[in-house]
Amino acid sequence: MANPLAGVRAARHRLKETHPLSVLIAERLGLSVLLLWAVSVLIFAGVEALPGDFAQTYLGQSATPQAIANIRADLGLDRPITTRYFEWLGGVVQGDFGNSWASGAPVTEQITKRLGNSLFLAFFAAAISVPLAVGLGMIAVHYRNRIPDRVINIISLAAISLPEFFIGYILIVFFAVQMGVATFPSTVYDSMSLSERMSAIALPTATLVLVVLAHMMRMTRAAIISVMSSAYMETAELKGLGAFKAIVKHAAPNAIAPIVNVVALNLAYLVVGVVVVEVVFVYPGMGQYMVDAVTVRDMPVVQACGLIFAAVYILLNMVADLVAIIANPRLRHPR
Amino acid sequence: MSDLLSVRDLRIGATIFPPGEAPQDIEIVHGISFDLQKGKVLGLIGESGAGKSTIGLAALAYGRGGVRITGGEVLLEGKDILDLGKTGIRSIRGARVCYVAQSAAASFNPAHKLGDQVIEATVEHGLMTRDEARKRADYLFEILGLPDPKNFGKRYPHQVSGGQLQRAMTAMALCSKPELIVFDEPTTALDVTTQIDVLAAIKNAIEKTGTAALYITHDLAVVAQISDDIMVLRNGETVEYGPVQQIIEAPRQEYTKALVNVRQTKQTEARDQSDALLKVENISAAYGNGVQVLHDVSLHVPRGQTLAVVGESGSGKSTLARVITGLLPPFAGQVTFNGEELSNAQKDRSRDHLRRIQLIYQMADTAMNPRQTVGQIIGRPLQFYFGIRGSERKKEVIKLLDEIEMGEAFYDRYPAELSGGQKQRVAIARALAAKPELILCDEPTSALDPLVAEGILDLLLRLQKERQVSYLFITHDIAIVRAIADSVAVMLQGKLVDFGPRSEVLNPPFDDYTDLLLKSVPEMELGWLEKVLATRKMESAGH
Repeated sequence: MANPLAGVRAARHRLKETHPLSVLIAERLGLSVLLLWAVSVLIFAGVEALPGDFAQTYLGQSATPQAIANIRADLGLDRPITTRYFEWLGGVVQGDFGNSWASGAPVTEQITKRLGNSLFLAFFAAAISVPLAVGLGMIAVHYRNRIPDRVINIISLAAISLPEFFIGYILIVFFAVQMGVATFPSTVYDSMSLSERMSAIALPTATLVLVVLAHMMRMTRAAIISVMSSAYMETAELKGLGAFKAIVKHAAPNAIAPIVNVVALNLAYLVVGVVVVEVVFVYPGMGQYMVDAVTVRDMPVVQACGLIFAAVYILLNMVADLVAIIANPRLRHPR
Repeated sequence: MSDLLSVRDLRIGATIFPPGEAPQDIEIVHGISFDLQKGKVLGLIGESGAGKSTIGLAALAYGRGGVRITGGEVLLEGKDILDLGKTGIRSIRGARVCYVAQSAAASFNPAHKLGDQVIEATVEHGLMTRDEARKRADYLFEILGLPDPKNFGKRYPHQVSGGQLQRAMTAMALCSKPELIVFDEPTTALDVTTQIDVLAAIKNAIEKTGTAALYITHDLAVVAQISDDIMVLRNGETVEYGPVQQIIEAPRQEYTKALVNVRQTKQTEARDQSDALLKVENISAAYGNGVQVLHDVSLHVPRGQTLAVVGESGSGKSTLARVITGLLPPFAGQVTFNGEELSNAQKDRSRDHLRRIQLIYQMADTAMNPRQTVGQIIGRPLQFYFGIRGSERKKEVIKLLDEIEMGEAFYDRYPAELSGGQKQRVAIARALAAKPELILCDEPTSALDPLVAEGILDLLLRLQKERQVSYLFITHDIAIVRAIADSVAVMLQGKLVDFGPRSEVLNPPFDDYTDLLLKSVPEMELGWLEKVLATRKMESAGH
């Protein structure tokens, strides 16, 4: 009991008893910041360890040792890695990701536009796939182990088993080439109107929906089935409630947490994992921007993209955690 | 008087899926008939697998899991509810017939307030307006003796105790003013001192509201307090059916007689209790979260005798066993065995010390590896402690199997192929294989049916005589303490409140808490509940 930490632990314990929700949320927020910082170190170190050199790629045939050294000195690459890391981190904290090595333009400006495009695509994919997945999951539970359930399962499994570039090309072949009803390539410009943009992203959106649908649908199904087998659902049935009412009022509030979790994971994928889809459809989003930057070893851009992807991922997962915490009545209403 | 509920030749079946075989349809209730009049209570009693819950749920035309009603009639005021169809039966459930489950903790939805759940069915069926239903719920909370009845409904299930939840579930069943309530072991999961309150509350509520009830339990003493008639069931068939007085005072069937006479004293108390095998001195212990669960506990187990440690859930009795085994090192105090000090932590103890203290758990099935045969399970300590292998080991295991009255035929069986009582016997044989001097028994019989538990207790006592082994027997059941203990330790909230020879602890003058505990144990006697409640009232009036 002489342990000085014991006092601190006891104080935290007391705080947890009285305000469990605020303590948990504060913990999650702190953890996210810590995680993001760790990711920034990893990204910087990873990019540093990448084989190949910007100066070499940039100069190509005309690379002489002197020219390479000049460019490296211009970019400040001759300084120690820790100095460069903290300089970069200092900029990032203020929203400045530095200048692109290739174009010399500020990265932040470019990325804002690209990120906007990616989020535009992700938003429509999410707006279609989330309600669809939850709805199909509920239908699958309702017809559990009967034909509609099987059909939904098989189709969604097939969709998830095919690589997304394959789905993408198939959609292009059918809808753009043979039937001519869809736009390809899906490149969007500043001058396009909203409806033009929406028709341009129809195919990539469809591809993304097919890719993320199955996962969310199956998790929804599993979460609802596990809740349905609990004793309080039997209570609801023995109260004479109808099946639909019982599901909406008694099953849904308890199934929210696991469903939100998988939804968040897939939303993160919609932003982070679109690289391949953007390349297939020639869509000017973050993914394509990053791929282009990697080929020319434009490190500030790669670092910025990596960090933003990580931030989106961490943010969405944190939101999922928070929803799960808030959905738990034990934490909302302490004893 | 006309019958409210008439069950005629009820047959219930289920589909089972034996491993490696085709699914089979079996019958689990074989033609049960009974009548229940308005405002009366029928007790359904039997051991697990007797079909009592299944029959109870049939009164709501409900089959749990894959269970189906395959034949017979369930007449509610002369109308067969099995013919009603989905919508028809829904209009009866929660309105005219209600159900109270064994585990109210699992049966309430954690996401909604208690009050909303209590009135839900009543409002849903259009029997009352929301406000009327709330008023009724408040009234019911009050007659069920719940604290602060006006505000009780605003709380969530996790914010109240198990006993309060069980009463809230009774309120939920009573809210729609049903004609019939099915109580499915409503007090089994509760501590005795809580059980008596809930039992009294249920009885009071039944009398005040005039509802009829099917009361399902495995405890004849409990059902005797509340029923007008009793039906004794076994393996889906009626053993005996009659008025409560006849069943308790003049049972006709052998099986009923055995149930009535369960747990008579088995052993006279040992005279000399001074030779301590295990000494626990000033033990205080806490779990990792800083919550202290044991406060300065000192007691001893005499050699070759039984110390019963009794207390309610949360009293720290299992924690005491964890401290003795070294699984939970205490932060103060000392455990002495045979005069030698034992290391606090299990990992610091010698193999010989580990061998001499063995454990038997409440749930035998979770304490055994389901993929090992009985022979492997019992053989393991022989090999580990004594290095006995091969045919020698098999011979020893078979000897042990004979000792626990099971025999060689079980050598190659898996735990899943054994009954609950047989599993517990195997667990005992495994403990014996180490040739221990002390066995810590943590509620080894509380998950078993009364007659099976009886067999286990007989076995333990016989082994004690033959092998001079000592027991530290943890239980919440005073009747077991009376039957087998030499000395008794009573625990409450982590503190030892009473310790001494059985005759001293269980006879006046009592410690206050021991007295309460003793008076709360239902006795196989008509009118026992009223008597206890009357004395309580007098005592509280006297204060």
